[in-house]
Amino acid sequence: MLRFIFSRLLQSLLVLVVVFTATFFLIRLKPGDPFKGEKAMPASVLAQMNKRYALDQPLWKQYFIHAGAFARGDLLPSMRYEGVQNSKIIKDSFPVSLLIGLSALTIALGVGLPAGIIAAVRKNTWLDYSAMSLAMLGICLPTFVMGPILQWIFALKLGWLNVAGWFERTDWILPAATMGFIYAAYIARLTRGGMLEILNQDYIRTARAKGVPGKQIVIKHALRGGLLPVVAFLGPAFAGITTGSFIIEKIFQLPGLGQHFVGSVFNSDYTLVQATTVFYAALLVLINLGSDILQAWLNPRIRLT
Amino acid sequence: MSAIIEVKDLTVAFHTRNGVVRAVDGVSFRVEAGQTVGIVGESGSGKSVTCYSLLGLISQPPGRIEGGSAIFGNQDLLKLSEKDLQKVRGSRISMIFQDPMTSLNPFLKVGTQLVEPLRLHQGLDKAAAWKKGIEALAEVGIPDPATRMDQYPHEFSGGMRQRVMIAMALITRPQLLIADEPTTALDVTIQQQVLDLIKDLQKRLGIAVVFITHDLAVVHEICDVVNVMYAGRLVESASAADLFAHPRHAYTRALMRSIPALQKKGEPLYTIPGLPPDLSQLPDGCAFRARQIPDRQALCLTTKKPPLLEIASGHWVQACPGCVEGGLPL
Repeated sequence: MLRFIFSRLLQSLLVLVVVFTATFFLIRLKPGDPFKGEKAMPASVLAQMNKRYALDQPLWKQYFIHAGAFARGDLLPSMRYEGVQNSKIIKDSFPVSLLIGLSALTIALGVGLPAGIIAAVRKNTWLDYSAMSLAMLGICLPTFVMGPILQWIFALKLGWLNVAGWFERTDWILPAATMGFIYAAYIARLTRGGMLEILNQDYIRTARAKGVPGKQIVIKHALRGGLLPVVAFLGPAFAGITTGSFIIEKIFQLPGLGQHFVGSVFNSDYTLVQATTVFYAALLVLINLGSDILQAWLNPRIRLT
Repeated sequence: MSAIIEVKDLTVAFHTRNGVVRAVDGVSFRVEAGQTVGIVGESGSGKSVTCYSLLGLISQPPGRIEGGSAIFGNQDLLKLSEKDLQKVRGSRISMIFQDPMTSLNPFLKVGTQLVEPLRLHQGLDKAAAWKKGIEALAEVGIPDPATRMDQYPHEFSGGMRQRVMIAMALITRPQLLIADEPTTALDVTIQQQVLDLIKDLQKRLGIAVVFITHDLAVVHEICDVVNVMYAGRLVESASAADLFAHPRHAYTRALMRSIPALQKKGEPLYTIPGLPPDLSQLPDGCAFRARQIPDRQALCLTTKKPPLLEIASGHWVQACPGCVEGGLPL
C-alpha cells in the first residue's frame, strides 16, 4: 500500500513536469505579449520588464529559469498584476473555489446517491421515472441556464439570497446549488446503473435466499459494488467542479481561482498561467490518487501494488 | 411418514410482452423427513422456477403464482407475506445454487456472509456467530477455517466456494435444503466430492433435500424419489429404484437413453430430437408429442392435457397413450 502511494507520487511528479513543459511552450505560441496592452509602453520600460521576467533570454534559458523557480516552490510574481506573487493570488482565490466546489459536491452526493439508489430499488415505478427525468433535465441544462434560473427564483422573486457577489455568508448557496444539481444528475444516473447491475447478480439472490431483509440487501450487499462507478467518477468530478467553476464564478461574480485560470490566458500572463495550471494538475493528480485508494478499499479484488 | 413439505397444484406464470409463459403448471410433490427428492428435466422445464416460487424468490412481476399450495409445517408458503417468508428462508429452508463463482458476494468476507443467517435468524452476537462459522467451515472440510473466514470469495476455488455455500445453507440447521444444480458448474472430480458432502451432511443432520438437476447419473446416486418435469408439468414420479428399473414415460426413457455412459462405444450419442416446446404457446394435448418417435406420435393426446395416473403403487405417470410404455391399464 505504501509502495503503491510512493510510486504513484513519483508518477505524479512526472505528470507535473510534462504539464509544466507543455504549458510553458504552448502559451508562448499564442499571439500577443504580456506587456502589450492597449497603452503602448515606452521602449525603455518594456526592456526593463522583459529583463525582470527573463523574457530577453533565449527560450531554453527561460525554461530552465522558470522550471528552477517552480521546483523550489517559487511560483514567481504575476506579469499582469505587478508586484503580486502568483502564490498569493492562488492563496486568496482558491479557498473561494474550494468552498463552492466542496459544497456543490456535498449537494451532488447528498441528492444524487439517494435518488439513484431509490430509482434502482424501485425500478420502473413513478419514483424511478421522476428521479430519472429530473436527472435528464440536470444533464441537459448547462450551468449558464441553470444559474440564472436559480438567481431569478431565489434572489429576484423570493428575495432570499443575493443575486451575485461575495459579500454575505450565504453567498455560496446559489452557485453551489447550481453546480451541485448538475453533478447530482450525473451521480444519480451512475448510481442507478451501478446498483441495477449489482441487484441482478446471483449473490443478491443468495442473500435473499438467506432471508436478508430488503433494506439490508441494499445497504450491506449491493451498495459497495453499486457505488464503484460513482467513486471512479468522483475524482474527475471533483476536479471538474473546482476548475470548471469559471462559468459559475462569472455568473455569480465570485473572486475564485477559475477567473484567474482563464483570465491569465487572455492576458498572456505567462507566469500566472503556469502557476494555475500546475496547481490544478497537482490537485487533480492527488484527488485521483485518493479516488483509487477509495476504490481499492471498496473492492477487495483490487490489490494496490 | 410425515411430509416436511407438500406442494399441490403449483402453477406459476410469467406475464411477458410475448404472452403468458406458463413455467410451472399444476405441479405436486411431497418431501418426507430425511428424504432426498430429485426434480429432473431439461433447461426450461420449470424445475428451478418450481423451487424458487416456494420461497418467493421469483421476481413478481413479471412472475405470478397463480394457484396451488405448499404446506410446510403448518403454514402455506405461497400465502405467507414477504416478511414471514424472510423468517423461513435461510432458517428453516435453505438453498444452494448452481454457480458458486457468482453466488457469493465478492465484496464481503466469506465469514461475514457465512454467519449472516445466524445473526439474522438466531440473533447471535458477532463473536458467537463467528465461532460457529469456523466450526461450520471445518464441518464441510475446509482446511484452516479460522484463516479462511477472513478471506474474500475470490481467494477460494470453485469447489471450495460451493462448500462455503453448503456450510452457509446448513449453518442454521434447516429442515429442508433446496439444491439447484449444485454440481453442474464444477469439475467432475469436485462434483463427486460435493455430492458426497451433501449426502454425508444430510445423513448426519437428518435434513430433507430437494435436488434439482438434469443429470440422471447424479439422481441415481443421491435421490430416493424422482420427479421428472417436462414443459412445466410432471410427466413421471416414482421412487428412484422403480423409475430406473421401469421408466414408463417416453420422455423419461429418452432421457435415460441420452446418458453417454449407458451407450455402446463407437455409436453416435443419442439425443432427443427437437427442442422443448415454447411455454407461451403450448399445444393443447401432450407436450412431448412433437418429439415422439413417429409411429407413436399418432397415439398422443391432441385435445386435452394428459392427467397424472398412478400406474403402480407410488409410480405416477402422465397418462398419454402415445407416451406410456406398454399402454395404459384401462
